[in-house]
Amino acid sequence: MQIYLPIAEMSVSVFLLLGLGAAVGFISGLFGIGGGFLMTPLLIFLGIPPAIAVASQMAQIVASSTTSGLAAFRRKALDIKLASLLTVGGLVGTGLGIWFFAAARAAGQLDIVIVVSYVTLFSVVGGLMLVESLKEFWSSRKGKVRSRRRAGEHPAYLGLPLRMRFHRSQLYASVIPLLGVAFFVGFAGAVLGIGGGFIMVPALLYLFRVPTSMVVGTSQFQILWASTAALLLHAIANQAVDAVLAFILIIGGVFGAQFGARASRHLRADMFRFLLALLILGVGLRFAIELVLRPTELFSIANGG
Amino acid sequence: MHHDRPAPIRPGAAARLLHGLAAALAALVALAAADTARGEGLVISLSNHQVMITSNYTGSQITVFGAVQRDEQTIARTTGYDAAVIVRGPRVDAVTVRRKERLGPIWINRSQQTFMDIPRYLAILSSRPLDELTSEIMRMRLHLDLDPTIASRSESGESGALLYPRDAPPEYAEALVRLRMQEGQYFEIGRGVTFITPTIFRAAIPLPAGAPPGNYEVETLLFSDGVQLSRDITNFELVKTGFEQRVAVWAETRAAAYGFLTVLMAIFFGWIASVIFRRD
Repeated sequence: MQIYLPIAEMSVSVFLLLGLGAAVGFISGLFGIGGGFLMTPLLIFLGIPPAIAVASQMAQIVASSTTSGLAAFRRKALDIKLASLLTVGGLVGTGLGIWFFAAARAAGQLDIVIVVSYVTLFSVVGGLMLVESLKEFWSSRKGKVRSRRRAGEHPAYLGLPLRMRFHRSQLYASVIPLLGVAFFVGFAGAVLGIGGGFIMVPALLYLFRVPTSMVVGTSQFQILWASTAALLLHAIANQAVDAVLAFILIIGGVFGAQFGARASRHLRADMFRFLLALLILGVGLRFAIELVLRPTELFSIANGG
Repeated sequence: MHHDRPAPIRPGAAARLLHGLAAALAALVALAAADTARGEGLVISLSNHQVMITSNYTGSQITVFGAVQRDEQTIARTTGYDAAVIVRGPRVDAVTVRRKERLGPIWINRSQQTFMDIPRYLAILSSRPLDELTSEIMRMRLHLDLDPTIASRSESGESGALLYPRDAPPEYAEALVRLRMQEGQYFEIGRGVTFITPTIFRAAIPLPAGAPPGNYEVETLLFSDGVQLSRDITNFELVKTGFEQRVAVWAETRAAAYGFLTVLMAIFFGWIASVIFRRD
């Protein structure tokens, strides 16, 4: 069954879009990430103009993060205090990132900076996480239980001034590194065109040692606000939101996200970190390969000067 | 008058189309009889001047009917007639064609060319393949070719099929046409015009699902023995209707409200889903 998308000005199969929404929603619910980094390229592959793909799939992120956020809230797997702090830092970062993006675009070639930092970020973060995960598997096979949190051992940045206690996350840390990370995530997200969850989840896990059970819900709460702001901005500034496309993706996405969130509960923490590492590294490698291999078509077209 | 080869049409649209065909042909014959021009004249009618886009729109088809007008003074043709139809869709102000180049170990978009005022849809239908129909010089003059090295060489810019900076490297224009052809928005149909009688012809113009809404210009050219005899230009419109049109208008004129509504819709469905699935 085909449906006409009024803003994208083309017709697409409804079932294909529902399936895409469900699949990306599942991954999003499972890992507490937005999933835009998966959905956007898929939509562009279907022939939807990039600006409209980026803007419309934001609506799905809003919906699936609402679902996952509410689910996490009900089972008390959400640290509202931490999430609010991250939201504030993230919004400031996003605002500055959008401004920086526009300024750098106007100044000249920005593409290469974006692509290279994209690949580097994902490959490095994914690689480090994978190594960490493998070490963990290795030591648990030898019977040793390596505690991820050892008493009295804290990185120095947690001890900066302005400390705050986050009961849920078993964290007593300075707000400076937390706001800093949130700012960086928002900034990088706006410049690289990716949602924050992808960097936020590993940062919470590895830099702040927040328990895995808290990370997903907290990250989803922060993503909800960031994606809402982004969706509004895209609708007002670019008029690129296709409501029909958004609607179908949402329907598929919320169901997928629901099952993802459920699966996430049955996933062992070490397995979760391992799979997330594979996913991030996989995306990094995919872009890296695209950069290095000689493309079959050297040319590409885009409407607009 | 008879139909030697009916175009493949969907059963539901058949009756409407046949009705339109009959009416159009009747009009043509009447017009052809009334006129008393000396050289061959060309009378053109479209099956439709407005194609509606509805929510289940998956592309459409417009039929061009043409009649060659002759009278006693018109010289006899030994070779018969040929016709070509050029359809140009709505134009975009600018199209950027980017080219990837090698920089160290990586491939990256490095150079680009911008083309102004390019149609997003371009179809050329003819009664014979273009290279059999007329000479390259003629095709150049008439912009009657998808190949940009032919279609854009001519200096006469009037309703040119492709206009691009003359100093631009030709591979960019070629890439533009090649990519548009892959999208199905540019195409040539070498035998897309059918002569029903020696002086009456018909051409079915396919409009793919991705064809952009807007005004389409239909230029019909009449040839005999490779010489262009007559020319006619008419138009049709591809328009969004009902819900589709309202959404498009709202997105543009009430951007903030539209954005808020989309956010509300997303949050609402997110909430509904969490209620439906609430088990613990």
